[in-house]
Amino acid sequence: MANWLLNHWLSVLVLVMWLGLNVFLFVNAFLLYEKGDKYYYTREILGSALAWARASARCLNFNSMLILFPMCRNLLSFLRGTCSFCRRTLRKQLDHNLTFHKLVAYMICLHTAIHIVAHLFNFERYDRSRQSTDGSLASVLSSLSHQEKEGDSWLNPMQTTNMTVIYMTLTSIPGFTGVIITIVLVLMVTSSMEFIRRSYFEVFWYTHHIFIIYFIGLGIHGIGGIVRGQTEESIKENHPYRCAEFFEKWDDDFHCKSPQFEGNSAESWKWILAPGVLYFFERILRLYRSQQQVMITKVVMHPSKVLELQMIKRGFSMEVGQYIFVNCPSISYLEWHPFTLTSAPEEDFFSIHVRAAGDWTENLIKAFEQQHSPIPKIEVDGPFGTASEDVFQYEVAMLIGAGIGVTPFASILKSIWYKFRHADHNLKTQTIYFYWICRETGAFAWFNDLLASLEQEMEESGKVGFLNFRLFLTGWDNNIAGHAALNFDKATDILTGLKHKTFFGRPMWDKEFSTIATIHPKSVVGVFLCGPQALEKCLRKCCHQYSSLDPRKTQFYFNKENF
Amino acid sequence: MGQIEWAMWANEQALASGLILITGGIVATAGQFTQWYFGAYSIVAGVFVCLLEYPRGKRRKGSTMERCGQKYMTKVVKLFGPLSRNYYVRAFLHLGLSVPAGFLLATILGTACLAIASGIYLLAATRGEQWTPIESKPKERPQVGGTIKQPPSNPPPRPPAEARKKPSEEEDETVGAGVSSGPQENPIPVTDEVV
Repeated sequence: MANWLLNHWLSVLVLVMWLGLNVFLFVNAFLLYEKGDKYYYTREILGSALAWARASARCLNFNSMLILFPMCRNLLSFLRGTCSFCRRTLRKQLDHNLTFHKLVAYMICLHTAIHIVAHLFNFERYDRSRQSTDGSLASVLSSLSHQEKEGDSWLNPMQTTNMTVIYMTLTSIPGFTGVIITIVLVLMVTSSMEFIRRSYFEVFWYTHHIFIIYFIGLGIHGIGGIVRGQTEESIKENHPYRCAEFFEKWDDDFHCKSPQFEGNSAESWKWILAPGVLYFFERILRLYRSQQQVMITKVVMHPSKVLELQMIKRGFSMEVGQYIFVNCPSISYLEWHPFTLTSAPEEDFFSIHVRAAGDWTENLIKAFEQQHSPIPKIEVDGPFGTASEDVFQYEVAMLIGAGIGVTPFASILKSIWYKFRHADHNLKTQTIYFYWICRETGAFAWFNDLLASLEQEMEESGKVGFLNFRLFLTGWDNNIAGHAALNFDKATDILTGLKHKTFFGRPMWDKEFSTIATIHPKSVVGVFLCGPQALEKCLRKCCHQYSSLDPRKTQFYFNKENF
Repeated sequence: MGQIEWAMWANEQALASGLILITGGIVATAGQFTQWYFGAYSIVAGVFVCLLEYPRGKRRKGSTMERCGQKYMTKVVKLFGPLSRNYYVRAFLHLGLSVPAGFLLATILGTACLAIASGIYLLAATRGEQWTPIESKPKERPQVGGTIKQPPSNPPPRPPAEARKKPSEEEDETVGAGVSSGPQENPIPVTDEVV
């Protein structure tokens, strides 16, 4: 528990602050409209529904302001870069931007629901009090505009008895914009469901851009001054506490004159202007960066349909574990797809490995396979993401990559190799255990070469214990097993050609952890995972279990990297 | 864009619309709004739409994630045969269901969303998509010893290693048959020279 809190204290703090602000803004607005004198007469007609609608509106403004910030990834990168001396946890927080964006979106949905339901009651009550002829205060208030010659003293927006709520909604600016932006919100939410996002990314990506309509609609939503409260001067002449009971006698020259009302001005734009402008600049920046020329220096087609692209771009500097967004105009003008960088910062190019996993990637591979046509142009934005420099800070590091999750480790391992060769002092790591778990190695044959050359390098420098691989093949069958059993005595593994033998089946983590704890009794071990959640749970458990209570002895720290 | 199955998105949209219809209907009925009976209709229509749309159809390519507990509704929806398979029917059904709810402000949002879902279903239907139920495949029991075709050809006691022949295909089979099948945690640790 303490370990979790240590790793996540900033997330918890941000969440608590955000929820706290939401509650504060909600309660503040609620009390203003529920208890304020200015809205006494409005409440006569509408009851509490007024306060509910306004409080949720305030929260909607707040959250709509917040929702764009996590999406300004260049700004976040800049913040991250300037915070290089900041603690790691602060920089990692910026990586949870997507999670925060979703949370804020859920809050917007919740408050939209409250806001709409409250307004449904509001419109219904306005309608009823307009229609009613019982001479109550509410009906007197509703008929106000007919009596006053001075403009704008009306309270009830429904001026005639034959106006229906639907007509009122669709012909007034707030009503119409409200309906439109809610429909837009629903469309955005349904197309962002995880299932749709993972399977049909384009539907999500293009549909999500209708947020522009949402923000424009939100900005003009408040125009019209339908929410009305008493004016200051009117309160002096007709204070509700004094005069409300005597409403029949208002026009007879009593102490109370008829109340005058004014509409609240639109305030949403004040909240969303700044983030809107910021996001606009972010998109311009992305466009500018993407226009910088990218030169492709090498194209390698690996087996199992994996394409490696080595590129150079002026002013591009990366760190381990970062990713870039790639666009290929000849395939699609508007689509940008993220790829982890597989090259090390020490190399003079940067590379990505693209696996065929959908429409766009397949088209990309096909385009590069063409021998006779010119190489397609590529645009690159990035790099983004927190550098995984933490790997170099631990004396002992356990790197676990499952399936495609092994890709970011390519960058890390290469970087370690370079640092090692140049005896870089930043490299605190003494021993690395690399676990690679996959169903079949064919898809990652390109990674094999890297491991083979690393293995050789280690041997030549005489530091064989520095890098230890454990490769686990989970999708084996009798043929493979038989072959392996027969070639048991050979020095190199038959499947990978490495000195390290491939294991079959899943790793027994208990054994691994206890072995490492025994070999390194006094070290801090960093465990880095890039893989499925089930594995994450298992590893966290092992980290807790095998970290000794004595802080001087072996401690395992789990880091889940969302590359 | 060629591989997009619009029906999947239409399904999410329709499910959301159903929930919106139910909520609007409850508000109108509970608040006894004018013409609240439209609200009552909206609740019924919303529930129907939700039940119809809850079972997700199978994707054409790849595996589909089922919604929690959807297999019961899948059976019911399957019963309607072509009426539930065909997306033209769904498109027009949703369009028809959405119209009465449009007369009440509380449910007009549901109308708009359901009409949009209907439009997306129409698009899906014109591209020839169909609803196929997700059925669980019967578990294949691993056939233990299914690969043993004949008894071992060179059982012990065997002549010393030098006299043994080079490993051939048949020996591979006989050796392989002794190893248990399927990926599993290796009970016998395979040692390596490092560490």
